[in-house]
Amino acid sequence: MKGKKLLAKLYIGLVLVILYAPIIFIAVFSFTEAKSLGNWTGFSFNLYKNLFNGSMQNSSGLMSAVENTLLIALIASVVATLLGTVAAIGIYNLKGRKKDVMNFLNNIPMINPDIITGVSLFLLFVFLHISQGYTTVVLAHITFCTPYVVLNVMPKLSQLNPNIYEAALDLGATPMQALRKVLVPALRPGMISGFILSFTMSLDDFAVTFFTRGTIGLDTLSTYIYADARKGGLTPELKPLMTILFLLILVVLLVINIRQSKNLNKK
Amino acid sequence: MNKRSNWALPYFIFLVLFVVLPLLLIAVYALQDASGHFTLSNIGKFFSDGDSLSTFALSIEVAIENTILCILIGYPAAWILANKDYNKSAVTVVLFILPMWINALMRTLATAELFTMAGIQLGKGTLLFGMCYDYLPFMIYPIYNVLNKMDKSYAEAAQDLGATPGEVFRKVTLPLSMPGVWSGVMMVFMPTVSTFAISEFLTNNKIKLFGTIIQENINNSMWNYGAALSLIMLVIIGITTVLQSNDSEEANVGGII
Repeated sequence: MKGKKLLAKLYIGLVLVILYAPIIFIAVFSFTEAKSLGNWTGFSFNLYKNLFNGSMQNSSGLMSAVENTLLIALIASVVATLLGTVAAIGIYNLKGRKKDVMNFLNNIPMINPDIITGVSLFLLFVFLHISQGYTTVVLAHITFCTPYVVLNVMPKLSQLNPNIYEAALDLGATPMQALRKVLVPALRPGMISGFILSFTMSLDDFAVTFFTRGTIGLDTLSTYIYADARKGGLTPELKPLMTILFLLILVVLLVINIRQSKNLNKK
Repeated sequence: MNKRSNWALPYFIFLVLFVVLPLLLIAVYALQDASGHFTLSNIGKFFSDGDSLSTFALSIEVAIENTILCILIGYPAAWILANKDYNKSAVTVVLFILPMWINALMRTLATAELFTMAGIQLGKGTLLFGMCYDYLPFMIYPIYNVLNKMDKSYAEAAQDLGATPGEVFRKVTLPLSMPGVWSGVMMVFMPTVSTFAISEFLTNNKIKLFGTIIQENINNSMWNYGAALSLIMLVIIGITTVLQSNDSEEANVGGII
């Protein structure tokens, strides 16, 4: 048993090392000044300094890409969470064929690979003569995020005892009050996980943004990195930026998880 | 309560406009020539173009190999993570998902750079490794979920009835976890066929996958041919989805009996 345990730990450790190798690689080389990734020219904080005082080349390009990425992710996931929650309540109350149709339609964006979603929406905007830019990217992100919100809210609806809502109405609550004080708190965990999932997918998206951003020069982090790599030289300041982002996410996730397991232990 | 069902209406309209109509447009554009007349020549072009066909075959091959690789590496990892004897902390599971929060293109570039530094030539081997690296969490997570929720009493019952650990795994755990494996396959296979950028970075533009030729055609304003290639991919997605839903139903039924 002990040998087996060690073997299991070793295996998990090995897979994790492989998963993290590129990230650690980026982090290590963020502390040197060299232009290309694997080139070490001595320890230096200069890339970090450049990142923050804006003295790097094309600094506005990278910074606006970061801004766009965050703003698009925020708008898309807020809208997706609202639309998806309302839709989930609706679908839950549907019956028979209508319910099957909605579930089927809701599954399509999740099954479709990014490139199909991207190309199909590109053709839609071309067909409708809608000029592509910020709005079309946000609409496209809402399209691939909302199904995940629906999927996360649905189980909370089936766990909810419908009598509680009726009881609130019997006790004199208006439908709006019953909604706000009974339904929303019960659905909140599903809405939050749907929101987080949407935000993550929007942040990481490349293909859909690539096809729907048009030709006005709108860049998110993904399209910025793609264009950068195609040109042959990655902006060196991307390394410290990625390192900082990674550390932020690591801390946030660890805090959330340690809190959760503490709460579980208390119970 | 009945009126509540109307709440699905806005999303229904949204889905028709942004999912159904765009997919229909792929078919419409695929079956038109540049001046808007009906034609089958775009589809015909694909089947008579050696380059497109070989790219397509290679993409399917890489996707199959990548999917198998992800199962071989991911299943044991998911099994260990879901096994209370080996892993008690949820933090380890989070560690497996965490890399996905870092931009995939950036991670891929770093992977390619690591290979170059180690003196390994970029080509099919590095492509497979990098793809597996990118998609592994998508395989581990659904399998872990199914294994974690699985009723442990089935395995214990099999053990009590005299099954060896190997038999317990083969006849109880594995069949019960098949739905997880299938959703993992769905999340790895089609995305691998259709990636672009990732395959270009990992092979230094030496190997093109199907996604890259779709992208090249769309970007060079060859919308009709690009749409035809997308349509071919949609057909394959349709077929695999139908096969998958049949199989996972079977897996469910077989598992419970």
